[in-house]
Amino acid sequence: MTDHIISVKNLYHTYQSGPLQKAALLDITMEIERGSCAAIIGITGSGKSTLVQHFNGLLRPTSGTVAVDGVNVQARGGDLKVLRQRVGMLFQFPEAQLFEHTVYADVAFGPRRLKLSKREVRTRVLQALETVGLPPHTYAQRSPFELSGGQRRRVALAGVLAMLPKILVLDEPTTGLDADGRTEFYYYLQRVQQKDGVTVILVSHDMSEVATLADQLFVLHNGRLVMQGTPRAIFGQGNILHQWGLTEPPLSELLIQLHKQGLAIPLDVFTLEEALHALQEIETTRHEKENV
Amino acid sequence: MNASPLIDIQQITYTYPLQNKGKSKAQSPKALQNVSLQIQPGEYLAVLGHNGSGKSTLARHCNALLIPDSGRVLVKGLDTSNKADQRAIRDCVGMIFQNPDNQIIATVVEDDVAWALAVRGLPVNLIAERVEQAMNAVSISHLRKLPPHHLSGGQKQRLAIAGVLALRPQCIIADEATSQLDPLSRREITALLHQLNQDLGLTIIHVTHLLEEAALAQRVVIMEQGRIVMEGTPSTIFTDIERLRQLKLAIPEPIELVSRLRAAGLTLSREALTVDAIVREIVR
Repeated sequence: MTDHIISVKNLYHTYQSGPLQKAALLDITMEIERGSCAAIIGITGSGKSTLVQHFNGLLRPTSGTVAVDGVNVQARGGDLKVLRQRVGMLFQFPEAQLFEHTVYADVAFGPRRLKLSKREVRTRVLQALETVGLPPHTYAQRSPFELSGGQRRRVALAGVLAMLPKILVLDEPTTGLDADGRTEFYYYLQRVQQKDGVTVILVSHDMSEVATLADQLFVLHNGRLVMQGTPRAIFGQGNILHQWGLTEPPLSELLIQLHKQGLAIPLDVFTLEEALHALQEIETTRHEKENV
Repeated sequence: MNASPLIDIQQITYTYPLQNKGKSKAQSPKALQNVSLQIQPGEYLAVLGHNGSGKSTLARHCNALLIPDSGRVLVKGLDTSNKADQRAIRDCVGMIFQNPDNQIIATVVEDDVAWALAVRGLPVNLIAERVEQAMNAVSISHLRKLPPHHLSGGQKQRLAIAGVLALRPQCIIADEATSQLDPLSRREITALLHQLNQDLGLTIIHVTHLLEEAALAQRVVIMEQGRIVMEGTPSTIFTDIERLRQLKLAIPEPIELVSRLRAAGLTLSREALTVDAIVREIVR
């Protein structure tokens, strides 16, 4: 039996500002499996951020239900504090929120507010720094501001991990990082998911990122859930994403075009290795035909 | 002999002044070290490099936002260190930045395009004509009455480009102008810059850390630690994938695929740089 850490049923959310109403989410029903990596994709204004803000109780449903790890997020009532500890959120450009003098103090900020013992805080901070690849003996006493952009972002991640979340929500986590910073961030993120069994929810419009990391994709458009499936299934359907203003990862795009040009390349080819293999095979057959 | 370059960068060195006291200047690294580069009128140049390589610092020297510590930069023969010439230099070389929200001033699209012209006190009918042409060039005429916050990120960048175009510059610098956009808008803006280069003969300096955005340029320079470390046409630069990787540039998967197919014995030309070109060559 599958174990759903988040289940959303018929969720509607309407923003009310004065007399104006704006429907941001319309009848969303979805489930996210425990321990998986889910990606929520869609263009600006599609409702991605509104949706994930229900996962830690920052927003409440206008109607419908959201159950997160056994806690019900309802229209009113209920204690949502417990949820904010269970669901860690990393916003865009999180390094902008670092403020302490040392890396240690910054990561310790959250756990200290939980009134934990000094020893417990210490254990959590050291572990979180290890997890994100910033060994405490080298980094704990340094100022976050003398680190590289990628390292600073991992300090912010460590700060969230020190709260021992069961679910980690990341909003455009690698925007503005260069290739190295990105690869490193992915590596440590996958480690958190695999080693600690944390469920990861990515909000992203970078399809290459999503193709690398996510088990399941949820496509939002104008507040509706218009499609869901594995990256392989979704990117294998041709230019289907274009109608929602999205695009496939460049490799899928190349393969889709080759397919359209009549090349016998299977559409569910997804990785570089598979593509290489398929194209070499096609080339070999071509040669054989020429030689006959 | 070549015609005189539009922008002539002569052996410039630059170090950012330190804000926090207590550290000596010796500790802060040079952002640019003895860089020379000539940009010809009508050229489409891409400046590549990872975060902190010095590419934006170099770009900011091209319109007198930064003045070199040593060496000099000439724009149409005018020295950027000469304060009296800086207005003329900035009218000639316009710049678009990363965050579209930081470049919009007015509350309506067409007013924003007109802003710099109005500040310069041009006659109203001339302003109207130039605004019209600038909006047409970037296809935002249909948005003219909208408040800018109703625009998407890509549309805001188009607006920023229109504002610069209205001043009739000879050169536009796009400094990571696509990095906060979604992939489709990113592609549209790259295509627009290419089109402005082709149609209007504008000189384009496209600063980016994305290799795929450099594919349409006539010439590419790659920066690393404040120096130019590679220079050439996209087709020569893109063949040395290992070197590009060392320079911390992400290799787009289609380019990687081409390189590995070539290694496996397929004949693919060096012009196979964009998805369209690769498809053409594989299908043949």
